[in-house]
Amino acid sequence: MNISSILFYAIAALILGAGVLAVTSVKIFRAAIWLLFSLIGIAALYFWMQVEFIAAIQIVVYVGGIVVLIIFSIFLTQNSGKEMNSPAVGKKIFSALAALFGMAFVANLIAHYEGFTYPSSKPFNPNVAEIGTQMLSTTSHGFILPFEVVSMLLLAAMVGCIVIAMRPKNDAENISLHHNETN
Amino acid sequence: MQEIPLTHILFVSTALFFIGMYGLFTRRNLITMLMSIELMLNSVNINFVAFNKYLFPDNLDGLFFTLFIITIAAAEAAVAIAIIINLYRSHQSIDVEDATEMKY
Repeated sequence: MNISSILFYAIAALILGAGVLAVTSVKIFRAAIWLLFSLIGIAALYFWMQVEFIAAIQIVVYVGGIVVLIIFSIFLTQNSGKEMNSPAVGKKIFSALAALFGMAFVANLIAHYEGFTYPSSKPFNPNVAEIGTQMLSTTSHGFILPFEVVSMLLLAAMVGCIVIAMRPKNDAENISLHHNETN
Repeated sequence: MQEIPLTHILFVSTALFFIGMYGLFTRRNLITMLMSIELMLNSVNINFVAFNKYLFPDNLDGLFFTLFIITIAAAEAAVAIAIIINLYRSHQSIDVEDATEMKY
């Protein structure tokens, strides 16, 4: 039991504990904050596995982007201090049983699987230059095609978000008319 | 570093996936269901990185899958929140039980 494995179990406890609280907390704002802690724990796990680039992306995109977006949408749509309706007890019990059964089944499969072939302990430390070169390479192991496809996806998502969340035009005119009348 | 076997990381990601599944089953609020989906996507990312690190240290494919999953999750969260805001505007509520026009 050296310091590295103690660190791993501490990070795992942080991830799972914050995750459980994120799905069971009755106040929606607290659930969002617990989700934030769980995502930070996952970034810490990436740091522990020495993939610093993925950890940095995790922090920038999830912690800095998605959780902030979720918190904004909570403020836009909810009374954030209000408690949510708790689900029915029977539903809770059956959901917990389903999740526990699935967890036990998969954990059992993993624990008894012997087919992992570990290569001779070679260090795994990818640097960012390698990742960038391979991502934009056009050879048979390059990822330029998914890169382009995902950039189109992001553009489509951006346009789609604006179109979906935009207020309909006549609605906006009514509101501005109303606003002028009150002035 | 090598004292933690791969299976322990897989146990953590399995537990995280089923925690997300429990949240998806019990929650009835669209924002909290979106949060559960984020937990499940993150457990998949942990798996990709762990397999790449432990079993295939010569390649980088797991890292690329993780990067693309993070990108798609960001796009998905943005579109989902736009839909949630639109639903709130028309129903004054984001509870899934209140949006049943297309149910039957």
